[in-house]
Amino acid sequence: MNDWSRIAPQLLDATGETLYMVGVATALTVLLGVPLGVLLTITAPGALAPHPLVNRVLGLVVNLGRSLPFIILLVLVAPVTRGIVGTTIGSTATIVPLTIGAVPFLARLVETSLREVAHGKVEATLAMGARRRDVVRTVLLPEALPSLVAGVTVTVVALISYSAMAGAIGGGGLGDFAIRYGYQQFRTDITLATVVLLLVVVQLLQWAGDRWARRLATS
Amino acid sequence: MIELSDVRKVFPARRTAGEVVALDGVSLSVARGEFAGVVGPSGSGKSTLARLVNLLERPTSGTVTVDGRVLTDLDAAGVREARRSIGMIFQHFNLLDSRTAAGNVEHPLELAGVGRTERRRRVADLLDLVGLADRHASRPAQLSGGQKQRVAIARALAARPSVLLCDEATSALDPASTTGVLELLRQVRAELGLTVLLITHEMSVVRAVCDSAVLMSEGRVVDGGPLAEVLARPDSALAAQLVPAPAGSGVGGDLVLVTVTDATPHGAVLQTLTAELGLSVEVVGGSVETVAGRRFGRLLLRVEGDDGRLDPALARLRAGGALVERAAAGDPRPQSDADDTPRPDREPDVQRLADAPDVQR
Repeated sequence: MNDWSRIAPQLLDATGETLYMVGVATALTVLLGVPLGVLLTITAPGALAPHPLVNRVLGLVVNLGRSLPFIILLVLVAPVTRGIVGTTIGSTATIVPLTIGAVPFLARLVETSLREVAHGKVEATLAMGARRRDVVRTVLLPEALPSLVAGVTVTVVALISYSAMAGAIGGGGLGDFAIRYGYQQFRTDITLATVVLLLVVVQLLQWAGDRWARRLATS
Repeated sequence: MIELSDVRKVFPARRTAGEVVALDGVSLSVARGEFAGVVGPSGSGKSTLARLVNLLERPTSGTVTVDGRVLTDLDAAGVREARRSIGMIFQHFNLLDSRTAAGNVEHPLELAGVGRTERRRRVADLLDLVGLADRHASRPAQLSGGQKQRVAIARALAARPSVLLCDEATSALDPASTTGVLELLRQVRAELGLTVLLITHEMSVVRAVCDSAVLMSEGRVVDGGPLAEVLARPDSALAAQLVPAPAGSGVGGDLVLVTVTDATPHGAVLQTLTAELGLSVEVVGGSVETVAGRRFGRLLLRVEGDDGRLDPALARLRAGGALVERAAAGDPRPQSDADDTPRPDREPDVQRLADAPDVQR
């Protein structure tokens, strides 16, 4: 039981891996999820650029991604992961399913945020002679920014939970660590330690995200 | 300056509502520099009318011409270009909360590709014009309703438009702010030579600022013209709304309604009735308003002691230019059917504006 001097550095490494996976996956998710959310919003009936077919197809894809349990998604996208990263084991490989799982999630949140922007603001801007892309760039996204930041925070927290699940199939990070050392070696204290670490990470991120969103909303 | 010609706007049927005819063959002409009002009850199509002028709403048929350009013939890029010369303000201001007052005024200039230094100078001038030079760094949330509408006016004027559309621009404001905003509108109209089309359901707004007005009902223009001319027409439905006829219920005797204008003062009528005919005359109701800078009113007189000479006297007064007529006790004048605009037959089963989904958007 006094092997913590050996375990602590490994725990730290695992935390680093989790942050790495979640960090890169978040960046990719924002890069893909925000444009997808914008498309979902503006192609809706009565919106800026109504396009029923595109809207329905995108909605279907997003719903498919959202309804799939993440553990199933992990297995399903394994061939894709191997194609991109070359392996399905380890934290870099886990970034692929993490991103694929989180993009539809964020896209829906982005859609909800953008729909909250009063239509009158869009109209006032169109009345100035704005192009539709100017409306997205100068009205929809800036006006929804506090809500978008809150959405990204929720997504990051979901990504941490996904990343821990990826540990079940050798994805690296804290989840992996908890399973290999805590569960398989009957070390409840190690499991607890990882849970506490995850909780701290989630709390810190949520606090930072809330603060940022609030600052944007009141500045 | 603004020319609508036989414009129809039909909103197609939806799951919850049938087809809605918002505008049913409207023609309207506003001269350069004119301050024109559009009034009517909610659902009469007046907001749709405003939104047609800058093609926020495309007409189902008919043409829209602004400053000599037929907007309905333009492609998307042409419409965007034309919209720059048509400013618009709204009931709920529609300012961007993510920008300061100055940032909001700067927005159309950014979109038009104006350089930064020029933008800054223009924004300062505009905020000065609307009396908010000291609030340039304020967010919309920190401004009062009247101040927000002033920022919106500055924003609408930023691209130097020749036309300003006001869609219920004072309907969300308290009376004091309304007066301030209307004064500002008159001022900028005079200083910048704007043509203004103002949509409102408040007759007091029309009385305060408009040179001319049209009355809409069920998607049609039912009355209209220069206010001075409209008010001199005793049977005008618009005049009846601008200055309602006084009610004479519960009053006995012969009732005479006198329409008072600068050109037709009531002195001559009173003179004839009292001095010439020797009748006893009493004012039982009335109102005198200043409309478009002119005096206008309606007086309801009770005349006692008529010996048969009243009707010939009234006819003589009318022939002399006075606006005077007998009024029935109780309901002096029917208001709704007063217009004699010919109405072609309509399809009876087309649902009209009662629950038009887009009218209040």
